[in-house]
Amino acid sequence: MVEFHTSLAWEIGHKRRKLTAMKVAVCVKQIPDPADPGALDEATKCLKRDTKLILDESDSYGVEMALQLVDAAGGGEVVLISMAPNSEVNGLRTALAMGADQAILVSDDALAGSDALGTAKVLAAAIQRAEPDLVLAATESSDGYTGTVPEQIAELMGLPSVTFAKSIVAADGTVNVQRQTEAGYDDVTCPLPCLVSVTAGVVEPRYPSFKGIMAAKSKPVDEVTIADLGIDAGSVGWAGAGQEIVAVEEAPAREAGEIIEDEGEAYQRIVSFLDELKVI
Amino acid sequence: MSVGTIWVLAEVAEGGVASITHEMLAKARQLSDDVVAVFGGDGASIAEEVGAHGAGSVLATGDLGGALPGPSIAGAMAAAIAGGAAPKAIMVGTTYGGRDVAGRLSVKLDAPVITNIVDLADEGGLVGTEPIFGGASNVKTKFTSDKPGIFLIRPKSFEAEATGGGAAAVSALDVPDLGATGTAVVTNSFVEASEGPKLDEAAVVVSGGRGLGESDKFELIEGLAAKLGAAPGASRAIVDAGWVPYSYQVGQTGKVVKPDVYIAAGISGATQHLVGMKGSKTIIAINKDAEAPIFGVADLGIVGDVHKVLPQLLEALNARG
Ligand SMILES: Cc1cc2nc3c(=O)[nH]c(=O)nc-3n(C[C@H](O)[C@H](O)[C@H](O)COP(=O)(O)OP(=O)(O)OC[C@H]3O[C@@H](n4cnc5c(N)ncnc54)[C@H](O)[C@@H]3O)c2cc1C
Ligand SMILES: Cc1cc2nc3c(=O)[nH]c(=O)nc-3n(C[C@H](O)[C@H](O)[C@H](O)COP(=O)(O)OP(=O)(O)OC[C@H]3O[C@@H](n4cnc5c(N)ncnc54)[C@H](O)[C@@H]3O)c2cc1C
Repeated sequence: MVEFHTSLAWEIGHKRRKLTAMKVAVCVKQIPDPADPGALDEATKCLKRDTKLILDESDSYGVEMALQLVDAAGGGEVVLISMAPNSEVNGLRTALAMGADQAILVSDDALAGSDALGTAKVLAAAIQRAEPDLVLAATESSDGYTGTVPEQIAELMGLPSVTFAKSIVAADGTVNVQRQTEAGYDDVTCPLPCLVSVTAGVVEPRYPSFKGIMAAKSKPVDEVTIADLGIDAGSVGWAGAGQEIVAVEEAPAREAGEIIEDEGEAYQRIVSFLDELKVI
Repeated sequence: MSVGTIWVLAEVAEGGVASITHEMLAKARQLSDDVVAVFGGDGASIAEEVGAHGAGSVLATGDLGGALPGPSIAGAMAAAIAGGAAPKAIMVGTTYGGRDVAGRLSVKLDAPVITNIVDLADEGGLVGTEPIFGGASNVKTKFTSDKPGIFLIRPKSFEAEATGGGAAAVSALDVPDLGATGTAVVTNSFVEASEGPKLDEAAVVVSGGRGLGESDKFELIEGLAAKLGAAPGASRAIVDAGWVPYSYQVGQTGKVVKPDVYIAAGISGATQHLVGMKGSKTIIAINKDAEAPIFGVADLGIVGDVHKVLPQLLEALNARG
């Protein structure tokens, strides 16, 4: 777990007057409930999405981080950015209830079938509207887990970026990020405005309070179409996806193994099994 | 048979060329007779090793001076392509650095990325295979334009293979002006200490999950791992709970492991865990719930309590000396 160092928070608190208010845009994906596994639509080869969508848990970390950064900066605003079908706001309401101030939702039938690049084009255009100092996203979503959208957004917006953040501190026009690496982590500094993608566990997301849930109902959600964003329908959706699924196949199943109920002796079977495998 | 030029993003780990790079070079060689390693660093430092694994040449940017490398490498690749280079495919590892390169390059070329690929085949055009639903199904995808195909490849998808080739010829890859996009800088690198075999290289992996009940009980996993010369691993549930560092995590957002033997204790077998260990040669699972999905992939499944089975197992192994 990453602690927001109390001494640092104190220091930032003291510099408060010097810091300008911070505007943070957070990408939040609304996804089908992962507890309800879903299936691929035979005809469209896409995940079926016919139930209410919820806030992707991966994005709750970005929302919490944004709230804490704005708090540490002594003021500002958290703007949610989402692209979802059917004017879906259920997941946005959860994030607004956590404390975000407002949301921009892009919902347009022309977006069906968008690949990650198409999604990034739409999100980048929506983020541009908010003119944030910092853009946050999760390193990867829970349902599509392409993991390329954040970096694509950064490139489209001409922003520097730091991916895989496990802690973020913002001060004096820069962010200092601990970035997960194969071996440990790197300290990375990056000037604002920039994009940072956060890993699960960067902060502990708060639960929306009752007061927050009530307040969320009246917070502004600006719903826009791709035409509003000046995006051409040919560059997104099915038309824009430069890839095609040629087949969906069942993977060969593993052969059923030997299952035994432990009655106090099962460990012996593990020992003999490891013996057979020449591990011991 | 050759599909045309294939670029492979070369990365280094602990001084040497990363295993994922070796793996991708091996696959690229099967598909193409013109395999180029592209490197964000000093080309001479990897020329011999990538040459021995099948790269005919190296395109290298030279030292990037502390900048986070993604934008520089993607920028240099895009500039080379604009200048006439025409790779058919660009293979990039699903690593911390690799995804940055693939995402940025995709925008520069206005071309999509096919992600989470575990196999690549020439079926009248390159087709990538991506496992979904924890590997229960495979989706095969191809590109519809003739732009270079960017593939993000999962680690451990292919067998690395030394070809005995000589040092690859190095040429320079110019990094264009990146403007603001190149301004993220690494100021310090920290390595988390770890003992014993590396998780993604160990022949035996012993992993623990939430079924261990509490943080202290991870000792059972460490004890068994030490006894078997294995690497300890973990499910995300106990990484998120702070019992063990992230570097222990096996699965979709952690490490992909393919040991000879994988022992899962108190792990339910969520799809995101399965994609990280399903390729293990032999899987042993201990779980008190006979319905746990982990038993669906286990060669030996023990329906029982880890707090009983693990100490007994350890004692029996100790008794053998
Ligand atoms: C099984 C499967 C495989 C797929 N394979 C590919 C593929 O190989 N290549 C490809 O280009 N597309 C692929 N797609 C499509 C891709 O998932 C969608 O285009 C999706 O809209 C964007 O991708 P993601 O969720 O994977 O993004 P990721 O890059 O994983 O998302 C990272 C973060 O970006 C933000 N974000 C992403 N989408 C939104 C959104 N709609 N609203 C707000 N914030 C968002 C969130 O913070 C999210 O956590 C696949 C989809 C599925 C279901
Ligand atoms: C986007 C995304 C990415 C993810 N990536 C990963 C990933 O990389 N790796 C990963 O592991 N997970 C990942 N997850 C999380 C995954 O979905 C599961 O939540 C997680 O793997 C569960 O961990 P677990 O099996 O330890 O815990 P649980 O699912 O809680 O299972 C605990 C198991 O222990 C058993 N048990 C309890 N007590 C005992 C006992 N005394 N003796 C024996 N057995 C006992 C129970 O029967 C149960 O099956 C990801 C999830 C998402 C949404």
